[in-house]
Amino acid sequence: MSLERLSPAGAEMEHGQSQLFNDAEHFRNSMLRKYVLDGAYDEMFTAEGEARAHYRRLLDMFAHMPQEEIERCKKAADLSFLTQGITFTVYGEEQGTERVFPYDVVPRVISNTEWTHIERGLVQRIAALNMFLHDVYNDGRILADGKVPREVVYTCRHFRREMRGLQVPRNIYIAVSGTDLLRIQSGEFVVLEDNLRVPSGVSYMLTSRRVMKRIFPQLFRAYDVRPIEHYSQVLLATLRSLAPEGRPEPTIVVLTPGVFNSAYFEHTYLARQMGIELVEGRDLVIHDNVVYMRTTAGLKRVDVIYRRVDDDFIDPLAFRAESMLGAAGLFNAYRAGNVTLANAFGTGLADDKAIYAYVPEIIRYYMDEEPLLNNVETFLMSNPVHRQHTLENLDKLVVKAVGESGGYGMLIGPQSTAAQREEFRRRIEADPRNYIAQPTLEFSRAPCLMEGGIQARHVDLRPYILFGDKATVVPGGLTRVALKEGSLVVNSSQGGGSKDTWVVNDQSEGTEDAFTRS
Amino acid sequence: MLSRVADSLYWMSRYLERAEHTVRLIDVNMSLMLDEASTTANLSLERRWKRVLACLGHPGQIEWNGDFYQLTHDLTFSTRSHAAIVNSIAQARENARQVRDELSSEQWQQLNRLYHSMTAAQREVSSYNALTNFLPTVVYDLHQFQGVTDSTMSHGEGWQFIQLGRYIERAAATTTLMDVYHRERFDPPNSTSAGYEFLEGAGLLRCCSAFEAYCNAYTADFTPERITEFLLLNPDFPHSVRYSVDCLRSALMAIGSKSGLHVADELVRVSGRLQASLSFVDIDDVLSQDVGAYLSNILQQCRQVHERVFRLYIQYSTQTALAMN
Repeated sequence: MSLERLSPAGAEMEHGQSQLFNDAEHFRNSMLRKYVLDGAYDEMFTAEGEARAHYRRLLDMFAHMPQEEIERCKKAADLSFLTQGITFTVYGEEQGTERVFPYDVVPRVISNTEWTHIERGLVQRIAALNMFLHDVYNDGRILADGKVPREVVYTCRHFRREMRGLQVPRNIYIAVSGTDLLRIQSGEFVVLEDNLRVPSGVSYMLTSRRVMKRIFPQLFRAYDVRPIEHYSQVLLATLRSLAPEGRPEPTIVVLTPGVFNSAYFEHTYLARQMGIELVEGRDLVIHDNVVYMRTTAGLKRVDVIYRRVDDDFIDPLAFRAESMLGAAGLFNAYRAGNVTLANAFGTGLADDKAIYAYVPEIIRYYMDEEPLLNNVETFLMSNPVHRQHTLENLDKLVVKAVGESGGYGMLIGPQSTAAQREEFRRRIEADPRNYIAQPTLEFSRAPCLMEGGIQARHVDLRPYILFGDKATVVPGGLTRVALKEGSLVVNSSQGGGSKDTWVVNDQSEGTEDAFTRS
Repeated sequence: MLSRVADSLYWMSRYLERAEHTVRLIDVNMSLMLDEASTTANLSLERRWKRVLACLGHPGQIEWNGDFYQLTHDLTFSTRSHAAIVNSIAQARENARQVRDELSSEQWQQLNRLYHSMTAAQREVSSYNALTNFLPTVVYDLHQFQGVTDSTMSHGEGWQFIQLGRYIERAAATTTLMDVYHRERFDPPNSTSAGYEFLEGAGLLRCCSAFEAYCNAYTADFTPERITEFLLLNPDFPHSVRYSVDCLRSALMAIGSKSGLHVADELVRVSGRLQASLSFVDIDDVLSQDVGAYLSNILQQCRQVHERVFRLYIQYSTQTALAMN
């Protein structure tokens, strides 16, 4: 393959930048002709149009690669996703419509220095949120101290009174989470939202890494990319560390809503990677507050459930009676301490968009530290001053319903019509608690391979955090891309895609190529 | 292993076996059709394709209307009939998809590829020639799936359920096929031109991919008795009823010992009786009695095995299971 046409790695770097730019002249005129650099932070170029250090190698490779070759790589990646069946189900269309997850082959590169900061910030944040949940569901110190208003907590849609006084193993409520980060104009990463219930996407992170290694092996080797493949192993260890007491050899399962769930591929993938059973609600039987699964050898006891079913659907006796996805009696078994659920019930409280505004305060309260990762500025509609400001500036702000996710129930001010703004004004006035507003963020853009060359598209970043006997963030995560030009919506249900995320050691500039030399 | 998983693997395997059998029936009959005497072509076309439908257990939604291309196309691609090959393969894939974590990725990829090539052909194949060229590729892909299954999946309980599904389907299909051909012997077509018997005998064998194996055993001398003996009682040929039942029974024994259930007595008895009715008879015993009744009895016993398997491993009552814990 034409990668071999690259001069031996290292040679071009010794000649410095000038050669790169000479070679790149033609490239800039063809592949990069539609690459827009304006206000937003660009992941690849500085404002002056110079390639950032950790992107140079990548740019160089694409510059030397004929366009047909790039297209061929893209096709190979698509085909690989299709035959592996890495698809998601699109709701609302003909039953069982499967689509290949839209995927971009240009990796997003993050330097290790930046990553280390993100990692520390995320661990700090999740640790604080775990303490917050434990506090709110037990003593309520933070409420008594007036740091977070009681009415905000008690009016949360995902607040679970049933969790009061219930002790969970190691006081860990949030074992698995995926926090959405954005990089704003200054280059700083900020937290957009915490996904603390059943975040998905980790299988795309793992499988797209595998595909990247196959289609760009040489580039991959030229960079010192930190590995992510141990995610499943760490997930298993995390779940095991949460087993109920007295169960030294716990049986761990993944609970899926079933084959029609849009993330079903992920559930099977994780179960397989961990080597544990993938169960559905109908496989479980609860007797005397003990959970069993139906096997060909009779009933087998279950100790830890990594559940990918929402709170509301997990037990028709305790919550929604019409749910077919859960198992009757599961919540009582959980209360009795005979089974652990990860994540715990009621973690949705902490990712409520109104609570989000208090997270910096929550971090200071429990950790006695300043937050390492900042929030996006947030106006609470229940606060009269904030509300006043928001209603006056609806055309500049983004308004979000607190209980919604996936990009639904939003008003994007600058792109809205007068009628839509009027509609939201009425909704906000009718139910202020249910809405928040944030400034419209011009978040960062990264290079993507589109029709007719490489173009800049908006991206976010969702790293995955595991919290058990220790905290682990695998280096990287899912970079989601708004594939439509100018779009700010990265959700796969609304025209978003993803790309592989490489955390590279900073010194990788000089360390290549012990392999070639030996 | 989860009961639901065993259920899916079993059905996945049955659907694939069914697809293979249907492909072969269509393929063999399309080719034999070309050898038929042109004078009686119309009559025997109808007989031939109605017989194919009978061999498939008279599937609903598909009927003989005088156009063999329409019929074969429907049997291959019609989404209306559950018996169509495309549906068997879609069902197999759907079952596989529900237990993806139990299959090796090679298996899943192979099945997925087969499914996609099937749906692509559904859109593209629009002529007799194209269909004739396409069908053998399905068998090829199905064989590849079996090879991949045997070489990449652990031969544990899941694999045994796959074996069970494959051989119970095969035993039933071969028995049905022989039953249909047997009944026809009492009602031969009036135009028995020279070579007809040869073609019929060879056709029946080819439907079970048994032509070469038969010739090796008996030379190319086709008598109904020998064909019956070979397809029913041969202990070594993988499509004979006896061989299928032997495999089915050894899969059941392996499942019994792996699941650690010691209440499988009834299943042991039922499957043992089925095996005995094939192992401890000779062809004269079979032919001297009512052959049709004998074949229906074999089918009936296969059905019993299926029911017992479900009652024991898959749809057992929770109360009974709790009592045994």
